Amino acid sequence: MTTPAEFEGAAAAPQAERPQAEGPPGRPDVPGARRPGGPLADGRDRLAELGRAARTPPGRLRLAGAVLAGLALLFGASAAWQAGARATAADQVVTHSRPLSRDASEIYRSLADADTTAATGFLLAGDEPAAVRKQYEDDLATAARLLTEAAGQAAAGSEAQRLIGSLNEQLPSYAGLVETARTDNRQGLPLGGAYLRHASGLMQNTMLPSAQRLVAVESARLDGDFAAAESLPWTALLLGAVTIGALLRYQLVLFRRTNRVVNPGLAAATLAVLTATVWLGAGGQASSSSLAAARTSGAGPLRVLGDARTQALQARAAENLNLVSRGASDTYTKRWQSVSEALGGRAGDAAAGGGAPQRAGGGTLDTAGKNAPSDAAVHLAKARTLFAAWDTRHAAAARSDQSGDYDSALKATVGLGGTDTTQAAFAAMDRELAAAAEAEEARFGTGTSGVAGGDEALAVGAAVLALLAATGTVRGIGRRLAEYR
Amino acid sequence: MLAAAAALLTSAGPGAAAAPTAAAHAPAAAPALAPAADTCDVTKSAAPAKDPDGAAVRRIRQRGSLVVGVDQNSFNWGFRNPRTGRIEGFDIDLAHAIAASLFGDPDRITFKTVPTARRIDAIKNGEVDLITRTMTITCDRLKEIAFSAPYFRSGQQAVVPKAARITSTAQAFRGRRACVAAQSSSEAELKRDARGTASVTVVENQLDCLVLMQLGQIDTTLTDTALGAAQAAQDPGIELVGDTIAPAFMGVAVSKAAPDLVAWVNQVLADYRSGGGWQRSYDHWLAPTMGASSAQYLP
Repeated sequence: MTTPAEFEGAAAAPQAERPQAEGPPGRPDVPGARRPGGPLADGRDRLAELGRAARTPPGRLRLAGAVLAGLALLFGASAAWQAGARATAADQVVTHSRPLSRDASEIYRSLADADTTAATGFLLAGDEPAAVRKQYEDDLATAARLLTEAAGQAAAGSEAQRLIGSLNEQLPSYAGLVETARTDNRQGLPLGGAYLRHASGLMQNTMLPSAQRLVAVESARLDGDFAAAESLPWTALLLGAVTIGALLRYQLVLFRRTNRVVNPGLAAATLAVLTATVWLGAGGQASSSSLAAARTSGAGPLRVLGDARTQALQARAAENLNLVSRGASDTYTKRWQSVSEALGGRAGDAAAGGGAPQRAGGGTLDTAGKNAPSDAAVHLAKARTLFAAWDTRHAAAARSDQSGDYDSALKATVGLGGTDTTQAAFAAMDRELAAAAEAEEARFGTGTSGVAGGDEALAVGAAVLALLAATGTVRGIGRRLAEYR
Repeated sequence: MLAAAAALLTSAGPGAAAAPTAAAHAPAAAPALAPAADTCDVTKSAAPAKDPDGAAVRRIRQRGSLVVGVDQNSFNWGFRNPRTGRIEGFDIDLAHAIAASLFGDPDRITFKTVPTARRIDAIKNGEVDLITRTMTITCDRLKEIAFSAPYFRSGQQAVVPKAARITSTAQAFRGRRACVAAQSSSEAELKRDARGTASVTVVENQLDCLVLMQLGQIDTTLTDTALGAAQAAQDPGIELVGDTIAPAFMGVAVSKAAPDLVAWVNQVLADYRSGGGWQRSYDHWLAPTMGASSAQYLP
């Protein structure tokens, strides 16, 4: 009923058929003949037999069935593999790289907070309350614990491992310098202040840059995992399209030859592959966009918020250390200026006039406010108000200090129990920033939750549907074959 | 040096301040100094006089408080005692004596902390009336501001760990890692003559050198004798060794625009010395580390 040429033209994958159709060169021309000559010659004969069989109508049918079922299985395998890889990457984001990135930020924050708190305790000297002392010790303990955990996760010879190693070595040195400063200070020796400045120098110039680098390394890793989890499974989608095309085309060929409208097996196979492909495309798109949303509305703003908290800590450390240095250095006044500008924007001339510094805005606090989802925005608005209060109180304390009233400056900066101190404003602002971070963290969790599970279900589903498609193909072709018996 | 001391004591008469000259010390130390900068007489100051109608004195009295620039970090000279919360020391006693002469009350005083690098500006801008802050009188500074007659004779000396068993200045530097404060005369001195040092670390404050010495990162510090003694007072494990090099005088810094105040301070200094105030303050703050005899420190 059909000529070989017709079939060739209609075949879904003629190139796959050709080698078998031609067979090995130099084959014997006697049909069914078996020549003695060992297994090699025997195999060659069988191939030849197959080649001849493939040119009979049932042979062509079998071959087409094999090609179509193979395509369906290949699609299923690649879909399962790519969805699985995405699931692994999404899981890596949630369970591994995201926590590591968060821990790296927390290490940085603990160290910066220890530096700030040590200076507060130093300024209060004998009056240092247990809470300040405890906060300093907690900071060191947190940093040490997270460094140990991170060391367990870092690959041998990696930059992260090197950074963690050097931070682990410097942490006890730093703690020792702070204790010496504290002891000297309690004995009334100005040397204590020099020790504290030295300790802070180690922290600011060596340890915090290492911690910052660690944050960058872990963030890059997180970005990489995000990218892997967000990438669409193009190979599988392409294979799906090719398989559907081939199935439809062959059904058209069969329809023309047999005038039967529907081959149920092949139709079911087409439907299965179509379902799997659409699921793969739509599901992949959905999880990609929810990951992208988690990244842009969660991880991204969280990073900006982290920067804001860091800058607030640095500004606070500079403010404290300026009082510790007691006029021995103007390093800390300059640092306050640069860090507070990064945080709240450039200060206008009003600062010199004696009023509250009018800031132009555009600092990290503003950026964090712009990116923040609504639940975090409330906290950020409060944080900005508190920064303005801190800024104003700082300016007043600096004026006291400059006019020789060191005691007033000290009281305005670290005064215990006072509600109008820079300490109170800083602490309240840090609490608001922490609350904003929590809100954004929750948003991040929502965005990433279920992504890995969805991709896993997709991997299994695609595999099952592909198997169904292959079975349907075989059954559909089998029905046509039966007509030749 | 005794000539200089005698000069201050007898400088009540007009013109007497001119008597002690830098040349008196020249045979001992002047060759070590840059000659061009020291062609002036750093011990020369206005004749002591108390003129209650002087413009500067009247202004201070109207204000009701003397504004004095000080240091909070020089142990026993000018430092904030964490126990009392007050700024105390040898320089501070002197400031109180000046306040007492103006108001009859030594506590009518406002202390402003002035960093080393800002001392001259603070005087020129009128932020402070006086500076008592281990400030050395130099010819360069005399071009910009006025100084009282010298109130302390100092110089530079090496500070080393006692354990190093060093006995001379030459030994203190040769092959060793030295430390000096930035923009200090000590830094200039080691730049002029490195004395065979293995390395020179420059820090922001001379006290930072003591931290580095305690941490074993440097072997020797060159600093002002007075500040070196303040270091030794904070660490019994270190000592001042060798000769005092580059002799210098400390004075009270005053604006050039306030000649009446310079004369007033010179009169207070003369009274302070003759009345035993200077010696009592020395005995209290400095004798434990600089020795019971104050003769070599009297200008």
